Amino acid sequence: MTGITKDFPGVRALDSVDFVLHRGEVHTIMGENGAGKSTLIKVLTGVYPKDSGSIELDGKTIQPKSTLAAQALGISTVYQEVNLIPSLSVAENLFLGREPMRMGTIDWKAVQSGADRALERLNIRIDVSRLLSSYSIAIQQMIAIARAVEIDAKVLVLDEPTSSLDADEVTRLFEVIRTLKSNGLGIVFVSHFLDQVFEISDRITILRNGKLVGSHDAKDLSRLRLVSMMIGKEESDVAKMEERRVKSKVDRSSEPFLTAEGIGKKTSVGPLNIEVRKGEVVGLGGLLGSGRTEVARLLFGINKPDQGTVRINGRETKITNPRRAIRLGFGFLAEDRKVEGIIPSLSVRENIMLALQAKRGWLKLLGIRQQQDLADRYIKALKIATPDAEKPIGQLSGGNQQKVLLARWLVSQPQFLILDEPTRGVDVGAKAEIEGLVLQLCADGMAILFISSELEEVLRDSHRVVVLRDRKKVGELSGDSLNSNELMNMIAASTDAG
Amino acid sequence: MRARFDPSRLGRWSWALISLVLILLFDLIFTPKFFSVELRDGHYFGSLIDILNRGAPVMLIALGMTLVIATGGVDLSVGATMAIVGSIAAQVVTKSHPSVVVVLLVCLGIALLLGTWNGILVAVFKIQPIVATLILMVSGRGIAQLITDGQIISFGDKALSFIGSGYLFRVPFSITLVLVMLGLTALLTRRTAIGLFIESVGDNATASRYAGIDVRTVQLFVYAFCGFCAGVAGLVATTNMRAADANNTGLNLELDAILAVVIGGTLLTGGRFQLVGSILGALVIQALTTTILTKGVPIEYTLVVKALTVLAVCLLQSAKFRGKFRFKARVA
Repeated sequence: MTGITKDFPGVRALDSVDFVLHRGEVHTIMGENGAGKSTLIKVLTGVYPKDSGSIELDGKTIQPKSTLAAQALGISTVYQEVNLIPSLSVAENLFLGREPMRMGTIDWKAVQSGADRALERLNIRIDVSRLLSSYSIAIQQMIAIARAVEIDAKVLVLDEPTSSLDADEVTRLFEVIRTLKSNGLGIVFVSHFLDQVFEISDRITILRNGKLVGSHDAKDLSRLRLVSMMIGKEESDVAKMEERRVKSKVDRSSEPFLTAEGIGKKTSVGPLNIEVRKGEVVGLGGLLGSGRTEVARLLFGINKPDQGTVRINGRETKITNPRRAIRLGFGFLAEDRKVEGIIPSLSVRENIMLALQAKRGWLKLLGIRQQQDLADRYIKALKIATPDAEKPIGQLSGGNQQKVLLARWLVSQPQFLILDEPTRGVDVGAKAEIEGLVLQLCADGMAILFISSELEEVLRDSHRVVVLRDRKKVGELSGDSLNSNELMNMIAASTDAG
Repeated sequence: MRARFDPSRLGRWSWALISLVLILLFDLIFTPKFFSVELRDGHYFGSLIDILNRGAPVMLIALGMTLVIATGGVDLSVGATMAIVGSIAAQVVTKSHPSVVVVLLVCLGIALLLGTWNGILVAVFKIQPIVATLILMVSGRGIAQLITDGQIISFGDKALSFIGSGYLFRVPFSITLVLVMLGLTALLTRRTAIGLFIESVGDNATASRYAGIDVRTVQLFVYAFCGFCAGVAGLVATTNMRAADANNTGLNLELDAILAVVIGGTLLTGGRFQLVGSILGALVIQALTTTILTKGVPIEYTLVVKALTVLAVCLLQSAKFRGKFRFKARVA
């Protein structure tokens, strides 16, 4: 790809960017939110037409006009969210739209055996006749990859494939990627996880504000250098940022905001005890599926607990729905931004004011001036990249959407904030900002429940960590025992020892 | 400065306005008499007045329908609700001659109840709107016939008849009524947070619930309000004829109302809604009908012409379709 330029109304998303991918290479594109990673990929895969520049594949100029056209040329994409149909079987998903036919009907035997073969090539052995939804996200992701490479792919684009996978699953996915690489596929990889990027990449291209910053062999690039190129700051600044892991001591005597005793729900999680004090960040640690999100949903009233008691500021209360929780001073930054967070076609301003307005009720509409002030203030404070507050939130990049949602809760002035994977799919710069914000909020006396699948992040930002395993609480870490060894031990310990 | 003309920056309802202007332009060229308005017996008469008057019922139900569609739902029962309300009004006024206030309270109260019934099915029992409101659409007409005993009941009550056939400011009262209802609906949705909540629920119900919006109440409200609008429309239609006709009052008007909303720029998938757009949409439909009738096109062609025009409006609205004819314009 040479000199690719792409304009959107008001923004130049790509400014003559060059990108070269070789056969048998894993080439990572890195950059902050809005740097142009997604746009570059979308131009390559035919989602957006480019405004200028040229794309060559095997020496031939191509101009994919749609994802289908790109696929026909050999460029396949697997997106962050698995784009398959959960209610169809694995085999049906693999051959959807190109089923082998026999005498005018679908040859189901060929579908079955073809599916087996396709997955075998990636060393995945599962029952292809079961529904897609019966498998984990990781397996679904690999099925999506299998489907993508089945279509005679020469180039495979993986857009944040690892963001919903746990460590083991990532290892498995990387094995698959290495297999494909050795088969001569060129692989474009996008991820926010630095460890993973260095583990799998041969080459790294860095974008910033739609411009090409540099393209280097992964082995010649230090992490610090990479981060500084991404955010456009000197290496020493970055080092300082990484150092900033201040642990303000919580006053042990500070009152608990929330005390949950024996709270649980059959078939979901618990029963377990959790206490969060004012000015304290409590982390929920554990692997994917250990029940972290389920706990958050119980506390916030999305799922009703069927046992246990909850006390807020010492007074026993029942939280039966999110509205009630919000009235009590809760905020909940949900894990699945797209489904549970954003109202896509409403503006940034409206998304920011939504929770506060819901809290005030329908009669007391916030004045338009007041709404604008709030929106502008938080756009500035959280450095939300948007031309103005009236842009529909659906058109912002993932990290900026996340910041808007954070703003939504901050505006509602909660006393207790549940953050479920607040930094998922968010780039390094925004991540540091969000983590900094968390620390600052708790210093101001807010109680925070912090959920993240990145153990390092949980350790770094929490005063205390509640450890979950298999939907049960297995222990709590605080003070000196709050380190990754203890945490890993607790998570990994066998059930009878816990 | 050279800039690309960006249709997305136009209000969503501008396509309805453009269509309306085009239809009227057609009339201006081919039927100049179309625009003549004359004063007779102290009232204004003319095709334009006629469009506003005859379009009133659809405009009224389109207001309620807009809010329902904005939550991602649909209400098929508005036509049947009109028939029920009309039948009740006729029965009450002919049997017991109460004051017009009582008739209005009874009729609108029942309309509100019918709407609430739909709302309960959708919001509480989570039945798909199209099925939930189909129940009342089918049964409602039967109920209306039971109320009228299958007869057309005519009445002469002056005060009641004023709603559909009276004159205010020298034009039919129904026009004033539409304006008042539009104003009230706009106030209700835009001067309170209800409009925001409706759009939010229609755009993403789950996220709205997590943000603390009472999704169930919002849904209950829009169906109840839609029932209320249908009640007002039913009164207008019935008192216009000074007779309740359970078979034909409001027949197929739910489809016209849905069409009006869509032409007006509110998406059937829910989210942003355009009240003025829906009114314009209803006017497009009525102007079209009146134009076709004035041109003396055989009645059997009207539906086809109507369909073609609607198709044209919908294609204009489609960004994908416009993209095929992308054009650049110089903007100063």
